[in-house]
Amino acid sequence: MSNANREAPPSAGRAGIKRELPEHFRDYRHVWVFIELERGEVHPVSFELLGEGRKLADKLGIQLAGIVLGPPGEATQHAIAEAFAYGADLVYLVEAPLLADYRNEPFTKAMTDLVNTHKPEILLLGATTLGRDLAGSVATTLLTGLTADCTELDVVDGSLAATRPTFGGSLLCTIYTLNYRPQMATVRPRVMAMPPRTDKPVGRVIRHKLSMTEEEIITKVLGFNLDRQSAKANLAYADIVVAGGLGLGSAENLQLVKNLARAIGAEYGCSRPLVQKGWMPADRQVGQTGKTIRPKLYIAAGISGAIQHRVGVEGADLIVAINTDPNAPIFDFAHLGIVTDAIRFLPALTEAFTRRLSPHSHDKLAS
Amino acid sequence: MHIVICIKQVPDSAQIRVHPVTNTIMRQGVPTIINPYDLFALEEALRLRDAHGGEVTVLTMGPPMAEDALRKALTYGADRAVLLTDRCFAGSDTLATSFALSRAIVRIGETFGAPDIVFAGKQTIDGDTAQVGPGIAKRLGLLQFTYVAKIDSIDVDAREITVKRRSEGGTQMLKSRLPCLVTMLEGTNEIRRGSLDDAMRAARSQIVKWSAAEAGIDDLNKCGLRGSPTVVKRVFAPTTRAEKATQIDMTDKTQHDLADELIASIFTRQPALEHELAFDGGQ
Repeated sequence: MSNANREAPPSAGRAGIKRELPEHFRDYRHVWVFIELERGEVHPVSFELLGEGRKLADKLGIQLAGIVLGPPGEATQHAIAEAFAYGADLVYLVEAPLLADYRNEPFTKAMTDLVNTHKPEILLLGATTLGRDLAGSVATTLLTGLTADCTELDVVDGSLAATRPTFGGSLLCTIYTLNYRPQMATVRPRVMAMPPRTDKPVGRVIRHKLSMTEEEIITKVLGFNLDRQSAKANLAYADIVVAGGLGLGSAENLQLVKNLARAIGAEYGCSRPLVQKGWMPADRQVGQTGKTIRPKLYIAAGISGAIQHRVGVEGADLIVAINTDPNAPIFDFAHLGIVTDAIRFLPALTEAFTRRLSPHSHDKLAS
Repeated sequence: MHIVICIKQVPDSAQIRVHPVTNTIMRQGVPTIINPYDLFALEEALRLRDAHGGEVTVLTMGPPMAEDALRKALTYGADRAVLLTDRCFAGSDTLATSFALSRAIVRIGETFGAPDIVFAGKQTIDGDTAQVGPGIAKRLGLLQFTYVAKIDSIDVDAREITVKRRSEGGTQMLKSRLPCLVTMLEGTNEIRRGSLDDAMRAARSQIVKWSAAEAGIDDLNKCGLRGSPTVVKRVFAPTTRAEKATQIDMTDKTQHDLADELIASIFTRQPALEHELAFDGGQ
């Protein structure tokens, strides 16, 4: 295997001693962000990562590159242009028809070949179904460190300091990959803020050939079923989110959350215990282990506010908490609180919003 | 067919507490469970065995007490359990874990027959990385299907498999070849109640216990802390925000008064919202 020479010498196993970077990793430079292009669209997490990557690159005094893997055509060209618009200094491009649909084999091959040829210091990917599938394979092929679901990225003593929740979100830990390269990390959508977009001309694009043919790829794509619109909970990117927790007492009472959400044009969700009880599907779960959200307004009804929930909602501009327990941890990070029973309060709030927003919407609600 | 499923024993996260002063996890008295995501993979493995014949081997790496999780898996109907346990694995990150597990799977193959499918859960509830499954696949050179919602068909003789795999905006249908590694999405099935026979068999069963050497692992530089490229330097509790939530005063107010007051507070803090809601709301 071509990776035999990548192995670092055995280390002492203590963080303090693992500081010396082996000679063959010293020319690894620049921050790379994987631009996730799937079915013609760039996942917005890629732009959020470019925002973070920019800060890391500036701190290290190195360049920020976008990595675009895609089929020839407009969508790939658009992805390249967007990478520059969100701050990339250059783009590495692998363009091949067999990259039209995501498959682990060709994407892992394309990414690892790029890394071995152009040697990045840091490689960031979105923690999406695609990004996590790819990141694990790439890190194992390269035999380097990968830190999943980071909530904060920084540079400390020239190394990537990747902070993530641990123990189910009860604590945070900071993880380093000291003597392997690249230092890899994934970040969930919406954890990092969206950087501003500025129209810029397309800069330097470095092309790389994919040394793989369709015949060499065992897995074939038979088809793709788009989610039905109704099932497409766009929770992560919603402007307003209403979520319910165990305080609602029963699965039936989740209707109160849905009613409020509908009245104010919000997405609805729930806390983790409700998914575990089977009251709501997993794609509606709000929190570190579900969807991280950054809405303008977040209303949490009957949610106590465990740390893993908090980590997933802290980016909201305004957090309103409704809970019967005045000592519930959610009041430690909410901006506005009401100590009352959500089951009684939600209908009143729905009605008050409806009244205030439009005198005519009563008819709509009844229909 | 021979199916290997990798599970992990994890602390029941609902009962984890953090020590308020030392910021360490208080593990004492916290019950352990099989990682809940693994149960979907286990059930899928059992269903495939029931439909196609063969055996299910459960594998875990962990301290000696992880035997409890394996015994539990046997009560659901797994045929055999292997515990990979050795002090040299302590401190393994995902790369070192996938190395050890992949070598144990090779040894399982040599001892009990090569697996047609290796299963894993989507991720664990304590680490949440979702990296070990893909890591094992890569190390064993297996084709990899993560976030599988459904295994549509398996043809053991033709060595073919078709799966539905969750992707961001929909479901991908893939056709591929055995052997492969599959991580199952949650909610795709429901773990069976084990039969009484299985419970009795589980209690009597001899669990296969392998040290690193017994699993054929001789390169200890790839194990545990030494084999882990990542280094955890700091564990800490999140800082609390200086100010607590502003509480809406409840005194002598009806739920309707409270609702009006809350809405007024929301719009005072986020004036732009009122305008946006008036146009977008009530759809």
